[in-house]
Amino acid sequence: MTDPGTDEAAHPQDEARQRRFDGMIAADERIEPRDWMPDAYRRTLIRQIAQHAHSEIIGMQPEGNWITRAPSLRRKAVLIAKVQDEAGHGLYLYSAAETLGVGRDELLDLLHQGRQRYSSIFNYPTVTWADVGAIGWLVDGAAITNQVPLCRCSYGPYARAMVRICKEESFHQRQGFDILYTLARGTDGQRRMAQESVDRWYWPSLMMFGPPDSESTHSEQSMAWNIKRFSNDELRQRFVDMIVPQAEALGLTLPDPALAWSAERGHYDFGTPDWDEFMQVLKGNGPCNRQRLEHRRTAHEEGAWVREAARAHAAKSRARERAAA
Amino acid sequence: MSGRENGSASAERDTALAAYALRLGDDALVASHRLAELAARGPQLEEDVALANISLDLLGQARSLLTYAGSLEERLTGVLRTEDDLAYLRDEDQFANCRLVELPNTDFAFTVARQFLFSAYQFELYTALAGSADGTLAGIAGKAVKEVAYHRDHASGWTVRLGDGTEESSERMAAALEAAWPYTGELFASDPVFRAVAGAGFGADPPELRPAWDAFVDGVLAEAGLARPEVPPITGPAGMGGRQGVHTEAFGYLLAEMQHLHRSHPGAAW
Ligand SMILES: [Fe+2]
Ligand SMILES: [Fe+2]
Repeated sequence: MTDPGTDEAAHPQDEARQRRFDGMIAADERIEPRDWMPDAYRRTLIRQIAQHAHSEIIGMQPEGNWITRAPSLRRKAVLIAKVQDEAGHGLYLYSAAETLGVGRDELLDLLHQGRQRYSSIFNYPTVTWADVGAIGWLVDGAAITNQVPLCRCSYGPYARAMVRICKEESFHQRQGFDILYTLARGTDGQRRMAQESVDRWYWPSLMMFGPPDSESTHSEQSMAWNIKRFSNDELRQRFVDMIVPQAEALGLTLPDPALAWSAERGHYDFGTPDWDEFMQVLKGNGPCNRQRLEHRRTAHEEGAWVREAARAHAAKSRARERAAA
Repeated sequence: MSGRENGSASAERDTALAAYALRLGDDALVASHRLAELAARGPQLEEDVALANISLDLLGQARSLLTYAGSLEERLTGVLRTEDDLAYLRDEDQFANCRLVELPNTDFAFTVARQFLFSAYQFELYTALAGSADGTLAGIAGKAVKEVAYHRDHASGWTVRLGDGTEESSERMAAALEAAWPYTGELFASDPVFRAVAGAGFGADPPELRPAWDAFVDGVLAEAGLARPEVPPITGPAGMGGRQGVHTEAFGYLLAEMQHLHRSHPGAAW
């Protein structure tokens, strides 16, 4: 990769564009698809939006896993609607990426080839019904914490997609909380199921904010571009501060002996996630990495003849219309 | 008429109406379930959204119909079964859905074929029921018919796309229709329950729905360049089928999966 700073400074016209772009960023204005933008900014956004879109659609799997076993018709309806929302989020985000000149098909290929990532959290399995609750509460909760600041992201189409998405994510979080709340007040078996699930999802949900600031590779430049507004560690703290009182309301405990209110900092202290586990899952060795990707590839490959048929029919229809005209 | 005769006549009507609501509710419940199995497995994201949409509409219909069936039953027996009692605590032979809706998703063409034939049936059914003398059924059907009009459009669109698209898609669509077709006979078979609700002005006698269904289906098949399958309806043991609780082998697995968690925690609230 060449340094975008040097090749863009080569032409006086580019220098003027770069100054205009820098000025817009400095004034916290929105960059729109028609505006000139540095290649590195475009690449960073494509990478981030694609990863986000992929996360939405891979995220359909762990929860979809419980649709056919949902224990009441009301919960089943809510879960179908949630998984449907995630497909919709994927659609908005792939459209946002398209405004940067990269199509959905291309991004899906990169996902299927393992060349673009999705959120590692979805490489953990949903082994009990309570996991649907824990995902809603913790995973959607962490996603909201990450995404609310993105509603003010410097790239207009991404920021607007996030506004719509965040509204729905907050529903998801409430629904997840409600599942756990009901289980925590249910039979002994249900209560155990809820606690066991929270014990499993707590640490992975803290990892969703990425590595500690001291080791984060992309953060600084993204902050300078107003893509990222808060550091990984700031967001993680914000999330912990949110879930501790919620766990108390649920009557469930969090599996973190270091959790304690710090009057001095005005925040909760908390423990350190197992970053080795994080790296292992990131490298593809989590419990479900292969399964999730295989599921995606299979759905895509099995759908190839359907998409092909739709294209062929559209072409034939156009030809017939032309012939009739 | 004496009060006593009045009472027993209305009890008979309620019995037939409860059985009728249960049949319609089971149809919608099982059709919804099969579509829900496809979550995150669609050929493209738009289809994941659309199939979930249809599944949700059908589940909504099922919940209204099962709740209504339960309340009619309570009037007769004094025992209330909720929508969840009916969905999760009945055994296979107590389900009264037609067999068409329980057939597994073997490929996308089959899902389309099943949904196309079933939505076209539900459309005629709910259109008729929107004018039911029973206010509750009329209300449910009046809302559902708008949803089903979209389901029917969606499935018809795919039937045409696949029928007209490529050689492979056209072959798959023809094979899917041929596999689903024998189960459509059951949609239009009458029996004493259907005749009782039709006689009371509450429901539709299925044979009456057939001409409009035929006309619609034939129209779409013609547009898709597909032939109407020449296969006889499936028969059941002693003429019994889904409405009498005699289902396909695949149905037991569907229920095992659907009911397992609920039944593992007796009496629990979710
Ligand atoms: Fe989402
Ligand atoms: Fe969500």
